[in-house]
Amino acid sequence: MQYLLLIYSQDGAWDGLPKAVQEEGIAAYAAYGEALKKAGALRESARLRPATEATTVRLVNGKPKVLDGPYADTKEQLGGFYLIEAPDLDAAIAWAGRCPGSGHGIMEVRPLWVY
Amino acid sequence: MIPSEDGEKARAMAAAVARRSYGKLIAVLCARTRHVAAAEDALSEAFAMALSEWPSGGCPANPEGWLVTVARRKLIDVSRRRQVAMSAAEQLKVLDEGLADIGSDGEIPDRRLALMFACAHPAIDESVRAPLILQTILGFDAATIASAFLSSPAAMGKRLGRAKEKIRRAGIPLREPDPEELRDRLDAVLDAIYAAFSEGWADPGATDFARRELAGEALYLGRLVTELLPEEPEALGLLALMLHAEARRHARRRDGEYVPLGEQDDGLWDAGMIEEAEALLLRASTLGSIGRFQLEGALQSAHVHRRRSGRVDWSVVVRLYDALLEISASPVVAINRALAVGERDGVSAGLAALESVAADDRLIQYQPYWAARADLLSRAGERAEARHAYEIAIGLERDPAVRRFLQRRRGALEG
Repeated sequence: MQYLLLIYSQDGAWDGLPKAVQEEGIAAYAAYGEALKKAGALRESARLRPATEATTVRLVNGKPKVLDGPYADTKEQLGGFYLIEAPDLDAAIAWAGRCPGSGHGIMEVRPLWVY
Repeated sequence: MIPSEDGEKARAMAAAVARRSYGKLIAVLCARTRHVAAAEDALSEAFAMALSEWPSGGCPANPEGWLVTVARRKLIDVSRRRQVAMSAAEQLKVLDEGLADIGSDGEIPDRRLALMFACAHPAIDESVRAPLILQTILGFDAATIASAFLSSPAAMGKRLGRAKEKIRRAGIPLREPDPEELRDRLDAVLDAIYAAFSEGWADPGATDFARRELAGEALYLGRLVTELLPEEPEALGLLALMLHAEARRHARRRDGEYVPLGEQDDGLWDAGMIEEAEALLLRASTLGSIGRFQLEGALQSAHVHRRRSGRVDWSVVVRLYDALLEISASPVVAINRALAVGERDGVSAGLAALESVAADDRLIQYQPYWAARADLLSRAGERAEARHAYEIAIGLERDPAVRRFLQRRRGALEG
């Protein structure tokens, strides 16, 4: 099955971190991505730019209404994701638990729709 | 015409198989697809067919195998009809469902434990775990479960359906966890069984059939887990705890009135159950890992000890509560500990111990807190305060017999 691992963390917290801690974080994410690749589990991954740079769009009276900011105005924002292949939810949970995001934020595990 | 005697025999046989093997058959029918609801539908059709065919054709030599074969055919029929909506991989799983697992001798493997672990998976909402186990392992319908858990059948049906859908769609595996996480995951299974037991136990007047049955079914599940995992001390502890409580069922009521533990006629306790519980606790203690259920079982054991010695050793009881508090900082445990301290060191010590838990906001709506407070205060001679505490305890109690008992206690203060 395919699962999307979503990383929710405090938006903008990264910028406030000391350089050494940032470097440590980058190394941890790199190692995690490498481990996923080695296991043949990684399909896709990305880090998102801050939610302050997000834009929402919806149709109002047939016309797109565009607003500045993310959809949900919460302290934790979607900051990145991994799309992985895992045999079952337990395996996906295990990968989510290894992600550095589970330390500085919250991981959400979502199975993909199967057609 | 079908002789009615054969009809009776077939019905009895089907009922016996349902009782003995329902969960086993469900587990085998959804092992691949994790589609619990489809397995339930297919099995119920297979049972219906058994009831129509067994009376005339005779009961099969291997009724479980017969039912699985019929249910498999139903699963495949359904999947053929829905082929368009199904992925090839899922179709293959359906074809394999229930087949790969059955030995050449027709023996059906026991996967009930794996199914229970799926039902009590951390990704399943805690409040629906016990209902889900009762449904998948024992075949209870949503209405019966709803009545036992004081919920509406429609709401319960919806929650059960959502949980089954989650098992299927989120990929919750039907397997026993790896040894390193077995203990944690087993705790969730045991908690769910105990929740079912407690719901049944909450109505010892046995006015409601569904609820009385629940305690018995929970005992059955507890036994099942100890048979499948005989070396797990907490599983043994839970069974012992439930047996101890069940042993006193008849002593808890006299002419429909509630009788507190200290005033029960120990001649009414079930000696066989107590003996079995004691043996289980002893065996658990040799397995070298203490836990909540063993401690609670040991507490029951300490109370029951008065059968032989004529008295309860309250210092042992307090020590057991201390150990329990270390494992789980539960206010419920703290309340019972305060009562035990009151017995060991006198009421003022008990009240002081109770004061230290009173800061917990949850206790304001918790009947046992007010009942404990009322009891200690009335024994300390603080009549006005005791009356007030009894009032609140009475207002919070849902069992009419216990309510009447508290009202009598409160009334005795007036004299």
